[in-house]
Amino acid sequence: MNRRDFLKIAGVGMVSTIFEPVLPYEIKPSKKRLALLIDITKPFDIKACLDACNKAHNIPEIEDPKHKIKWIWPERFSDVFSEQIDMPKEITIPVLCNHCENPPCVRVCPTKATFKRKDGIVMMDYHRCIGCRFCMAACPYGARSFNWIDPKPFIKGSNPKFPTRTKGVVEKCNFCAERLDKRESPACVEPSNGSLIFGYLSEMKDLISNRYCLRRKPDLGTSPSVYYLI
Amino acid sequence: MKMYDKSKVIPGLFIFASIVAFPFLYNQVNPSSEPVLAKAEGKCVQEKDFMKKEHMKILNQWREGVVREGKREDIYINGIRYEKSLQKTCLKCHKRESFCDKCHSYAEVKPYCWNCHSGETK
Ligand code: HEC
Ligand code: HEC
Ligand code: HEC
Repeated sequence: MNRRDFLKIAGVGMVSTIFEPVLPYEIKPSKKRLALLIDITKPFDIKACLDACNKAHNIPEIEDPKHKIKWIWPERFSDVFSEQIDMPKEITIPVLCNHCENPPCVRVCPTKATFKRKDGIVMMDYHRCIGCRFCMAACPYGARSFNWIDPKPFIKGSNPKFPTRTKGVVEKCNFCAERLDKRESPACVEPSNGSLIFGYLSEMKDLISNRYCLRRKPDLGTSPSVYYLI
Repeated sequence: MKMYDKSKVIPGLFIFASIVAFPFLYNQVNPSSEPVLAKAEGKCVQEKDFMKKEHMKILNQWREGVVREGKREDIYINGIRYEKSLQKTCLKCHKRESFCDKCHSYAEVKPYCWNCHSGETK
């Protein structure tokens, strides 16, 4: 190779590093996908479900809406589903991370702090979170919260077995991975009196096809794993 | 051979030598005391000498397994069962203040883990 060739190759190499396309992370389809069905026709104690989650995960109760931390929280049905359906009677429904099959948050995370497990759970690895909040911008459901302040003073019912979070990390629902991996059902499901049904999607196909069910913003193509049976 | 300014050079050398030697002599007389760690009961995850050097690697392995691979099953080491958890395992036998912190402040390391793994909410 002469000097001219060397310079040509080096030049192309340099330019290509500048223009290297930022490829999205490969997001594989889940092998066996977990899902949550929420039957909103049966009245149930939503507050008990939310409290169970807050307690299990040491979620702080911060009043300031700018600093609020939410894993599962109540919304008006019409605010969530107005584009899809009109409900004659106003009701409150719980909303949470949808653990999308095609999660935009996972695509944008620069450190792979958020990733999708084989069972479809979109996990947060707090040890890797650098607090850039790209995931919050990417999530169409507002399911992620940023710790602007130290959450510890605001934690009410504490669970000494679960780690807290700290100022500067993003957090969200983990589908109770820590409980599932120990063969327990998610904290919110337990007090729901059968209104929340959790399991593998493949095993709940009948329930879904026999009922009218909604998912949030289906046209975005994220394919949520949380179904609302109405 | 003749030495000029003997009266200045020799004391000067002596002062220089003592300044250089001072830290070494000081440590001979005053050995900085190694921290006395609180005694723990039971059997640690590994041998003491291994733990001393490698405990952070064990924690990292557990963490990767639990958080990223979903491998939360308890592990058996020499027939004893351990849950892969900083709070639920290490801190059950070792007090943070009288054990981990004591050695860490001696060694000038400040693990940030306690921000989230202190087991306290305050
Ligand atoms: C069942 C109780 C038990 C558990 C669980 C346990 N340890 Fe230990 N640990 C001990 C005992 C006992 C010793 C030995 C102390 C001795 O021989 O003086 C020890 C020794 C150590 C030492 C060396 C201390 C020294 O004097 O140099 C370190 C470091 C340590 N443990 C860290 C950990 C970490 C980190 C974990 C969690 C991954 C852990 N231990 C879990 C009981 C336990
Ligand atoms: C015998 C002294 C000693 C004891 C006891 C000890 N550590 Fe350490 N630890 C060290 C030293 C020294 C380092 C730094 C090693 C290095 O940087 O290579 C360290 C580093 C760490 C790190 C990595 C920190 C980082 O920023 O990378 C973690 C995590 C850790 N220790 C956890 C613990 C926990 C938890 C306990 C109590 C259960 C404990 N250690 C008890 C000496 C100790
Ligand atoms: C921002 C908060 C945060 C910090 C800082 C943090 N962790 Fe964690 N850690 C967590 C959370 C949350 C989990 C997930 C617990 C679960 O899913 O069971 C976890 C899980 C773990 C686990 C496995 C499960 C368990 O109960 O222990 C280990 C081991 C662990 N972390 C070690 C560490 C070590 C070592 C450090 C410091 C070098 C550290 N962590 C710093 C939040 C944190």
